[in-house]
Amino acid sequence: MSDSGKGSDTAVASPKGLLGLPHLGLRDKWERGPIWMKLPVVLALVSFCFYLPFLNILPFAQVRTDLSAAGTDWSSVLFLIVVYMIVAVGLNVVIGLAGLLDLGYVGFYALGAYSVALFGSSSSPVTISLQEKFGFSEGWAVPFAACIPLAIAFALVAGVILGAPTLRLRGDYLAIVTMGFGEIIRIILRNATDITGGPKGVIGIPKPPGPVDADGRDFFNGLDVHRWYWLALIVLFLLMFLVRRLENSRVGRSWLAIREDEDAARIMGVNAFKFKLWAFAIGAMLGAIAGVLFASKQGVVEPNGFKLNLSFLFVAMVVIGGSGNMMGALFGAFLITYLPERFRFLDQWRPFGFGVALVAVMVLRPQGLIPNRRRARELEDRKAEAEEAAVDV
Amino acid sequence: MDFSSLIDQIGEHTANGLTKGAIYALVALGYTLVYGVLRLINFAHSEVFMVGTWAVLGVYTVLGATGGSGVGLVILATALAALAAVVASASTALIVERVAYRPLRKKNAPPLIFLITAIGCSLVLVELFGHVFRVFFGPPFGRALVSIPSLIDTEVWLDLGKTSITNMQIIVVVGAVVMMVALDTFVNKTRLGRGVRAVAQDPDTAALMGVNQDRVIMLVFILGGAMAGVAAILYTMNYDITKFDIGFLIGVKAFTAAVLGGIGNLRGALVGGLLLGVVEVYSSTLFSSNWEDVTAFVVLILVLMFRPTGILGESLGKARA
Amino acid sequence: MSEQTMESTRAAGHEPGEVLLEVDHVTLRFGGVVALNDVDFQIRRGEILGLIGPNGAGKTTCFNAMTGVYKPTSGEIRFTGKQISGRPSHQITAMGIARTFQNIRLFPEMSALENVMVGCDTRHKTSVLGALFRLYRVRPKEHELPDNGIKRAFAKVFGTSRHVLEERAGREKAMALLRFVGVADRAHELSRNLPYGYQRRLEIARAMATDPQLLCLDEPAAGFNPAEKEDLMDLIRQIRDRGLTVLLIEHDMKLVMGVTDRIVVLEFGTKIADGLPAEVARNPKVIAAYLGEPDDAASA
Ligand SMILES: Nc1ncnc2c1ncn2[C@@H]1O[C@H](COP(=O)(O)OP(=O)(O)OP(=O)(O)O)[C@@H](O)[C@H]1O
Ligand SMILES: [Mg+2]
Repeated sequence: MSDSGKGSDTAVASPKGLLGLPHLGLRDKWERGPIWMKLPVVLALVSFCFYLPFLNILPFAQVRTDLSAAGTDWSSVLFLIVVYMIVAVGLNVVIGLAGLLDLGYVGFYALGAYSVALFGSSSSPVTISLQEKFGFSEGWAVPFAACIPLAIAFALVAGVILGAPTLRLRGDYLAIVTMGFGEIIRIILRNATDITGGPKGVIGIPKPPGPVDADGRDFFNGLDVHRWYWLALIVLFLLMFLVRRLENSRVGRSWLAIREDEDAARIMGVNAFKFKLWAFAIGAMLGAIAGVLFASKQGVVEPNGFKLNLSFLFVAMVVIGGSGNMMGALFGAFLITYLPERFRFLDQWRPFGFGVALVAVMVLRPQGLIPNRRRARELEDRKAEAEEAAVDV
Repeated sequence: MDFSSLIDQIGEHTANGLTKGAIYALVALGYTLVYGVLRLINFAHSEVFMVGTWAVLGVYTVLGATGGSGVGLVILATALAALAAVVASASTALIVERVAYRPLRKKNAPPLIFLITAIGCSLVLVELFGHVFRVFFGPPFGRALVSIPSLIDTEVWLDLGKTSITNMQIIVVVGAVVMMVALDTFVNKTRLGRGVRAVAQDPDTAALMGVNQDRVIMLVFILGGAMAGVAAILYTMNYDITKFDIGFLIGVKAFTAAVLGGIGNLRGALVGGLLLGVVEVYSSTLFSSNWEDVTAFVVLILVLMFRPTGILGESLGKARA
Repeated sequence: MSEQTMESTRAAGHEPGEVLLEVDHVTLRFGGVVALNDVDFQIRRGEILGLIGPNGAGKTTCFNAMTGVYKPTSGEIRFTGKQISGRPSHQITAMGIARTFQNIRLFPEMSALENVMVGCDTRHKTSVLGALFRLYRVRPKEHELPDNGIKRAFAKVFGTSRHVLEERAGREKAMALLRFVGVADRAHELSRNLPYGYQRRLEIARAMATDPQLLCLDEPAAGFNPAEKEDLMDLIRQIRDRGLTVLLIEHDMKLVMGVTDRIVVLEFGTKIADGLPAEVARNPKVIAAYLGEPDDAASA
């Protein structure tokens, strides 16, 4: 990962023994390619992403989800995919890079969504009490732009509060404690009616500001959904860029070292606790940002939208794609969000199908669909070891 | 905070809590056994319990047993239902092991993968009862709450002034403790149990000593499944309901109980389960039942912070120490 | 310490340094097992000290106590006069103690180079914000300036971000260390795929990357053939010549006798001898310990 940048001493090992993973050779070439070759390809891909909402050329238009009357709005699906991609990128930092099993990630997502809902909606209990306390007018609420730092700050604080006592625990315990955290957040949202609006949730969540349309509509409205998608896409690209920077730095190396062997990492001078806390906090922030986007487009939030199942879904995105690899996480998020929408006509069969697919993919391809190259090799090796051991006995 | 009502009815609440906790404890045994041997959180175990409750309903339906049935039929139906629940749960656990975990073990996959597979299995089982069976067999399968006939009327057996303890509560708690003791004895006293402890302590050495690891792992899943089956019959007798997703919350609580008592430790599961049940009932009296689930997790976090290996400490291998 | 010890270090061409590390009556228990029993010795700057003893004598435990893995039950460990027992491992490493592991513990999914760079990072300061925004700029030294004219001018005016400089310096230092231990030809291979001998030497490079004053090697020659052992002895001497103090656990007597200036012997967690290699080799208690004779027979 971090040793691919320099041309001078790059003699990447031959990807031997990678049967069944034919695209790896191509990926090696790509990663070593010069920037002037990569740039046009990347630009073309990015433009294509922006063009997607209007994709209408057969047969490619078959990917759209709104071909039949029962379908879902294509741009909305694209938007949700990108929101979940942001989630996956964030959770990949926690699970894939730092190796911390966080099963309560939905808590941070909810925190982001509720931050913008409670402070940004003029009818939420929080803004109403602020209005009364400071004598603001009835329509007053915290502006959208100010809600984002608020959401990030809340997630950061929550991440640290949750992480500080629990990150010293062993992996499995961390899993259940974070799971508890996710549930606690939801229950608080449901029960603390005076603050959160209770089971009914909050309505009137603000939308991002923008130039008013010719016909007097807001820039971000319910009809031009592709604009929401574009916004989310821009946020995603920005966050990917930042996370990449971390991956290719001392921070990313420390995360990997901690994931590989925490005690050895400590003895090599890595302040494991500090970097684990950072991973947790960064993950929390990304989750919250995704939550803000989601809530803002939705316009309403309710506690039941943040059940623990969603957390499992998030983890599945990261792992199915290939844990530790950002592209894998993106792909996982895409599959898990897109397929159920595309196959909406299967209706009630979808969760069952998802379960079967999850088991099948993991059993047949434990390294994930787009594995991290390291991970792929490791799994090959481990399998070989296991086979050797079996022969020995 | 409603202290007076808690203090006033403390006996009643404790009895309720122990009943609830006994179920948690039995389910927790499955988590603890598997964790002790494989260092793996078997997230599908909650559904193993759920399948058991449906088996009970199945037997009652086939025999046509209801609340008004004669004594003979009630005894027969209850015994058969218990057997069916145990068999159904144990086979479900075994199938999950064979289909989902064994291939991954052969590939030496990292724990995270097992977790995702387990979540997948869970979903498959839930959806089988929540949707697939409904398509083929119709109701009572489906997403609705299903009531199970209560064959034995609830009676007060012990009347201690303010506290009255029902026959059901006694059956549940005594049943759980008896199963616990039986399992503990099995693991500690028999040859097969020794194999389990050996693999839990040191799989490689155990393999060298001629312990068949696969067989031990199968045994562990069967034992854990059977305990979940017992939990299922006791649960249905006491609460008279089931639902396709009934397992989830009980599973989470049971796992919490296992960690609370010290995961991998059989006696810890009992202690953790009972404690969790009591704490939950107390807290739902003190605050409101809305906050019940929060208490469970808060207790867990506190215990882990001050005693990271749980109340009785970990390790199936050292269960006797 | 005896006069002779001083002389021997001088004879080896090294000034006897001041005390670098003091293990001060350290006892460490695991439940009923007394792994270290009132162990007491010192290491002087610039020497190569051997730590030997039969299996289970407590040598590795001694390392663990020194590097913050375990906290001594009683007694103190001081490094350059400062108390270190009870401090977290990463702080101890930053103070200048590095170690290798008896059972190799590299980061298997990271390349050899990355493994060493993790060690280099101990001396680096860039953290999350620095890596993200790169706002912390430093004026690069003349030789650190890029060759490209535009980039050069830019770097002269705006400086270079500390992240970039550290990353570059770390990479160069890591490559140099890999060359030093002889692993450079496979720098980009995942460490888990390296041959055994490479892994052992990579561990040394990774430990040296933390810029230690004291380098602790836990059986670095385990599994080596005689030729490889010879090379390792050379390497250890070179490490000392770079100004590092070395503490060496080793079972191979020939290697220990050949390379160390002084030897401490442990048996059942207790120190039974401390002196020049030749003295220790003659010590009846040590002979008894290695031949497995009962203690009283040896002292008789
Ligand atoms: N974490 C631990 N818990 C319990 N006992 C331990 C622990 N670590 C070491 N011991 C015990 O402490 C004693 C000393 O072990 P140590 O590993 O230090 O020996 P050693 O001198 O390094 O031996 P070897 O030459 O085999 O490496 C042994 O009896 C060992 O069983
Ligand atoms: Mg040792």
